[in-house]
Amino acid sequence: MDILTRSRTKSPWLLHYSCGSCNGCDIEILAALTPLYDVERFGIVNMGNPKHADVLLVTGPANWRNYRVLRNIYDQMPEPKLVVVVGVCGSTGGVFDKCPNTLGGIDTVIPVDVYIPGCAARPEAIIDGVVLALGKLEAYGT
Amino acid sequence: MARTAIPFGPQHPVFPEPVHLKLELEDETVVGVTPVIGYMHRGIEKAAELKTFRQNVFLIERICGICSFMHSLAYCQGVEALTDVEAPPRARFLRVFWSELSRSHSHLLTLGLLADAMGFESLFMQCWRAREIVLDISEMTAGHRIIQSTCSVGGVRRDINSEMAKEVDARLRALQEMLDRSISPVFLHDYTINRRTEGKGIVPKEQAELLGAVGPTARGSGVTVDIRQTGYAAYSDLSIDPVVETAGDSYARTKVRVRELSRSVELVREVLAMMPAGEILVAVSNYPEGETVSRVEQPRGEEIMYLKGNSTNYLERVRVRTPTFANIPALLGMLPGCELADVPIITLSIDPCIGCTER
Repeated sequence: MDILTRSRTKSPWLLHYSCGSCNGCDIEILAALTPLYDVERFGIVNMGNPKHADVLLVTGPANWRNYRVLRNIYDQMPEPKLVVVVGVCGSTGGVFDKCPNTLGGIDTVIPVDVYIPGCAARPEAIIDGVVLALGKLEAYGT
Repeated sequence: MARTAIPFGPQHPVFPEPVHLKLELEDETVVGVTPVIGYMHRGIEKAAELKTFRQNVFLIERICGICSFMHSLAYCQGVEALTDVEAPPRARFLRVFWSELSRSHSHLLTLGLLADAMGFESLFMQCWRAREIVLDISEMTAGHRIIQSTCSVGGVRRDINSEMAKEVDARLRALQEMLDRSISPVFLHDYTINRRTEGKGIVPKEQAELLGAVGPTARGSGVTVDIRQTGYAAYSDLSIDPVVETAGDSYARTKVRVRELSRSVELVREVLAMMPAGEILVAVSNYPEGETVSRVEQPRGEEIMYLKGNSTNYLERVRVRTPTFANIPALLGMLPGCELADVPIITLSIDPCIGCTER
């Protein structure tokens, strides 16, 4: 493993964007960062800046208003980048499937690498999903 | 002095949700602010007309994951009024139980985020550590950490047995101790928090009334309003004294939340002690007919839900007025005159919930 891949997978920086979720998954992502689950011990840090981020965590379904913002954030992230969708509604539309303003899952707007199920997804599942994504990041480097 | 326009959001490190405020600055001082909303609009009100009134419970509680139980409570109370059904006494107490649990976890969450916004990292972690106790109780009693999904038309779907009640009581005592020892004193007496919030984002009492502020935002300005006093669910059997502060600044709103939090934990324990025995769910045999307005006190303030039925399985109209929507005018009154660096703290002091606002 070269040094770049090693440092990327050792300490991935997350960017969180909430599309149209109910906040349930968003607060579970935050809960994963706080003492009980504490992903910071793995070097995972929540970032506010897309230009510093390796992994984009998205919650909620895309809609007509926010899909441009989402694509903009995705485009600002440097390669290699990964997209992890948290929650059922971000994966397929879920309970908001028939809502008139939603476009469906996040994969209608940007390519998605990992889907995390759950409504709301549990912090354990979120950590699991991010670790799965890191495997992909590792494979990307080689 | 030339004016600068600063886009605040929609993706911003301080907020978990997309808030977009167009700020107009003169030097470092905010002189104008325009909110731009709609980034989270899903169209839940329309979707609620396409699902049956029983299915709607699952949709309505996903308006917002933080006060999810209270949304479903407002909806179920409304449908019960339209179908002439009354929830049994034990169900009414259980509804207060989960409502107050939601309130305590929501207040801990927002206090933590406020601490995070001012860079007080250890307090943020302490708040969220205490919050995990509430989430554990929620998982134990309802089966899920945040979306309890226990409210149903005609009552509640889960009961609490005596062993569970004992365990909940023990955990709440631990939480109370944690609050008294390491959270409340910091928010009430710490120099940093005082300096960052005192005198920031003032809304005088008259203005708060005029702009229709609700919840802790109104109570922080000295407006005595708490919908729990109307006695919905089992609140008529409990003593509810609105927590009121008079300064009207961010510090006052924070103090209101800290004191409400302790009261909420006490209320949960009171409810557990005085819960009557009996059934928890009654059958609903007829369809909703007529129109009604249902009001509940959420962590962020008063929610109004208007429901209209036409004797079919589907509701004709579901309209939700959420507390943050009512507090946005007050926020726009707070921001002009403040420094750019105080914008996140003032915005967080009304505890914005965009998922609710835009539905």
